[in-house]
Amino acid sequence: MKTLKIEDLSKNFGSTEVLKKINLEIDEGNFLVLLGPSGCGKSTLLNIIAGLETINEGNVFIDDYNVSKVEPKDRNIAMVFQSYALYPSMNVRENMIFGLKQAKTSKDKIENQLEKVSKFLQVDQLLERKPSQLSGGQRQRVAIGRALVREPRIFLFDEPLSNLDAKLRVEMRREIKKLHQQLKTTVVYVTHDQTEAMSLGTKIAIMNYGVIQQNDTPENIYNKPNNTFVADFIGSPSMNLIKGILKESSNNLSFIVEGSNLEIPVDNYTFKVNDNLNNKEVFLGIRPEHIFFKKLNENDFEIILRADLSEYIGHEQIITFNYVNQELLAKFPSTIKIELNKETKLYFDLTQVSLFDTNSKERL
Amino acid sequence: MQDSLQSSYRQLEQKSKYTNIFLRWFLYLVLILFASYFIFPLYVMIVTSLKTMEEIRQGTLLTWPSALNFDSWAVAWGGRGYGAGDTFLKPYFWNSIKMVVPAVFFSTFIGAMAGYVLTKWRFKGDKWVFLFLLFGCFIPYQAILLPMARTLGVLGISNSVIGLVLVHTVYGIPFTTLFFRNFYVSIPTELVKAARIDGAGFFKIFFKILLPISAPIIVVTVIWQFTQIWNDFLFGSTFSFGEAAPIQVALNNMVLSSTSVKEYNVDMASAIIAGIPTLIVYVLAGKYFIRGLTSGAVKG
Repeated sequence: MKTLKIEDLSKNFGSTEVLKKINLEIDEGNFLVLLGPSGCGKSTLLNIIAGLETINEGNVFIDDYNVSKVEPKDRNIAMVFQSYALYPSMNVRENMIFGLKQAKTSKDKIENQLEKVSKFLQVDQLLERKPSQLSGGQRQRVAIGRALVREPRIFLFDEPLSNLDAKLRVEMRREIKKLHQQLKTTVVYVTHDQTEAMSLGTKIAIMNYGVIQQNDTPENIYNKPNNTFVADFIGSPSMNLIKGILKESSNNLSFIVEGSNLEIPVDNYTFKVNDNLNNKEVFLGIRPEHIFFKKLNENDFEIILRADLSEYIGHEQIITFNYVNQELLAKFPSTIKIELNKETKLYFDLTQVSLFDTNSKERL
Repeated sequence: MQDSLQSSYRQLEQKSKYTNIFLRWFLYLVLILFASYFIFPLYVMIVTSLKTMEEIRQGTLLTWPSALNFDSWAVAWGGRGYGAGDTFLKPYFWNSIKMVVPAVFFSTFIGAMAGYVLTKWRFKGDKWVFLFLLFGCFIPYQAILLPMARTLGVLGISNSVIGLVLVHTVYGIPFTTLFFRNFYVSIPTELVKAARIDGAGFFKIFFKILLPISAPIIVVTVIWQFTQIWNDFLFGSTFSFGEAAPIQVALNNMVLSSTSVKEYNVDMASAIIAGIPTLIVYVLAGKYFIRGLTSGAVKG
């Protein structure tokens, strides 16, 4: 049984297609993050799961029950919003129990739930306050509390940390992670922040233009991106994509950029497809953090490149190298001294390399 | 070098000081002029209403009354006590109250509902509905007099306070809807979403969540509607006569129908009485009025 299942879901606003044939499944207790740039349809998808938006095509199942036509309140879900959406005229207590009261829950149960949740979230001292008298972090807690008291099957979070300042965001992120570890409730979480997605999710679904680009564990998303969009979207700075071709010679497969004799061996790369790789135009993807200044592994590939630009950002520095007239970014600890406009010896960790078809942009 | 630089700064400082003093006095002068210009008619009205006819004839407009004499106020409010032809404001004042209270209530309520629907329960073509409603703000009153008279006739409520309530409610809806729509647009729709997930329905969301935070815009709307309806003369004089007339119509009749001498003191007192309720509303709710007009978003 899947806690949440989305089947061939399509949605359009007028003539704009927002979601195109989305298929998605979540197992009990998972933390699924919907990640993507603004306008990719992730919030619409969340609203559809909540029942706040109608569906044009396809179905949504919760616990194998088709809820496509079920009212939001009857879907056994709870949602936390970006603007917190606390009812301004009610105090914290009234805010938190509003849903239970609507559901005609018994007074004892309401009091029990309220006490348990408010203690758990440390808002029990704030119960009589109005939302306007709370700080951003406290409002967020109350908003989460309002979701918790309902004991839902699925928690929906719509960019809940975007309105907080940087420091508080990191704190609240940890709190949400802890919350999930303790409660083990299924979560669907929408964000455009990749750090949030990576640190919170057990699964990440990356979306763009209304299509899920990759739905996988954070590790696979990072190490084995499905296509160039995912490769480019995840990581900061994002993955270097060097354009070149694959060359097969005497049973050795290597990557070269036309007009140069710089060869990178890709023999150990595990291809998804195995046909006709010779002379194929590809992008070679390597993350800036997989380029080293010192040889770390036996198999690291040695290469000499010219450093063009240096950006110092405190704990590390980003150096731009010239790779046959293509930019190649590398990330080093800031303790390393690198001279600009000089040939520098670098080491590529070839176990971390990705290859993409230049036409389909898909992983090879 | 150092000294001459210092002294030149000192000169500049002196100069800007004098300029500032001059500008300040000039500003006050202009403000006082404007203030007296606006307050002058009110002064004349109050002073005249407190004079006897004798004093009015002998003195000038600005002369202070010899004694505080409220006789003309009593006449304006309650009449002289003889039968036919004695027009006074009291019954019409109550007519106006009976008209203005329900009309303000209904138009504000319907406007709030309409604004709520147009912003939080969007439907296909809602923009057109709003556009046509806005149209209502710009149609000149005169253009609808005949169709409205016919409508009231068909409904059998012409020449009655109920008829006027209907006219003012209908005519107020475009304005009240505009006010509430613009207010609700600034309130995050997530609030409504959260309430829907919590299981609140259309009316519950309106009454429990939106209405309690609408105080500023309710005040604006009530003041606006109250002033409009209380001060209306055109609808009142067209759709009512005799005993059903509102106070503005009665005031007009009083002032125009005096047979022998023009009793300026009674006229002035009547005019002030007719204007007092709007003044009271402004004094009581004025600060919310400004706040409501200027406040865009609601915090929280």
